[in-house]
Amino acid sequence: MADRNRVQLTINGEHRALELDSRTTLLDAIREHASLTGTKKGCDQGQCGACTVHVDGERVLSCLTLAAQVEGRNVTTIEGLAQADGTLHAVQAAFVEFDAFQCGYCTPGQIMSAVACIREGHTGSDDAIREYMSGNICRCGAYPHIVTAVRTAAARLQEGKA
Amino acid sequence: MRAFDYVRASDISTALQEVGLPETRFLAGGTTLLDLMKCGVERPARLVDISHLQGLNDITVSAQQIHIGASAKMSHVAAHTQIQSQAPVLSEALWRAASAQLRNMASIGGNLLQRTRCTYFRDPAAYPECNKRNPGSGCAALNGINRNHAVLGGSDACIAVYPGDLAVALVAFDANVLIRGATDRQVTADDFYRLPGIRPDIEHDLSTGEMIVGVEVPVVPALKRSHYLKVRDRASYEFAAASAAVGVEFEDDGHTIKDVRIALGGVGTKPWRAREVEHALIGKPFTEKVLRDAARHAVDGAQAREHNGFKIVLAPRVVARALMTVGGLA
Repeated sequence: MADRNRVQLTINGEHRALELDSRTTLLDAIREHASLTGTKKGCDQGQCGACTVHVDGERVLSCLTLAAQVEGRNVTTIEGLAQADGTLHAVQAAFVEFDAFQCGYCTPGQIMSAVACIREGHTGSDDAIREYMSGNICRCGAYPHIVTAVRTAAARLQEGKA
Repeated sequence: MRAFDYVRASDISTALQEVGLPETRFLAGGTTLLDLMKCGVERPARLVDISHLQGLNDITVSAQQIHIGASAKMSHVAAHTQIQSQAPVLSEALWRAASAQLRNMASIGGNLLQRTRCTYFRDPAAYPECNKRNPGSGCAALNGINRNHAVLGGSDACIAVYPGDLAVALVAFDANVLIRGATDRQVTADDFYRLPGIRPDIEHDLSTGEMIVGVEVPVVPALKRSHYLKVRDRASYEFAAASAAVGVEFEDDGHTIKDVRIALGGVGTKPWRAREVEHALIGKPFTEKVLRDAARHAVDGAQAREHNGFKIVLAPRVVARALMTVGGLA
């Protein structure tokens, strides 16, 4: 079949050869073929941010990315954030500490987005955090705690660098 | 979604050859195309991935012009320090669009080709009639929920609003769209977009077998003193209810308007240059009253439908406020 392709993906540093229909999104490849179910499918049309992952270190929506498009690029999912010994990333720890979620479904996307937001330098004020985190919708409305967690994690990561 | 063949183009000439085959579309960031393929609006048989092409993502700023390669990502252009300082309207129009994730994906060329968010256009299963999707089938928006539809440039066939932000700034500042096909050519951003008329399915000047390779913006003094104001239903991650890309240059007295650029978004079927407002302002003193009187002309010829009359009230206010912001009155 012409529409079936062998796609080599690098997810969290691990190389995977997958047989995928050309229509397979990066989101479905991650969840259904690589069995990494931390990345969530919310709207599946680029509006909610639940599927946020990093491609070559930049946050993107995996639901609007074809798996074939990222062959040769480095994909990072929520499973790739913590250290090998289980130590959480500073953003993950801050989300736990400040209770920055309720149902938790948007949380992996929120955290992936927040890690990138901090790296981009868009955490100078709460308004900046709200603006640059606006692509991640939380139906439970945990936004005040999310902003606190992002602001705190950003400050701690900054201290760590200094 | 209809099954398709996926091919990755290695260079521009290969890409142009590949796209000449039937039912073939270019795939860049995919944020519009893949979304519309999921909706069933776009049904290509082949995708030519041009997101890996080399040499198309350059951003250069000189004293004469700004050049932005078609593959440059919206986020990278928005964060470019020379764009921010020399052409704030371009950076602002970009970072106020979509979300951080989408801006990391979407290319400048693809952004120019972004299609309308008309809910009837996007839902073929529920609304078979749409002259943009299927010419001659009718328009469900004319007598439907049309709060977010155009008041300028519409026709009896289509009132779908042009949704983008960057193109509004490009139209205001006489940018050119650079196109490569059988020959190289360029067209002004204003002429690039078509009014719907009786053929709303034809949205722009690009022909099959052509590719946008970049945009060029002439550097004028008003570009440095420019601004993009976007008013919308929520503070972020939303399309414009009305927006304005503006820039102003003063005479040596610091008060008389020498040059002014104004284009509107969120209200027209294409990015809407407000030349009548510009003409009314040239040579006038920069006061709130002068600005508000002139801004009324921004909606000359506007036609409201059942739910979108508020845009006719809103658009002149957005123009006046944007100008007051760049001119130091707000």
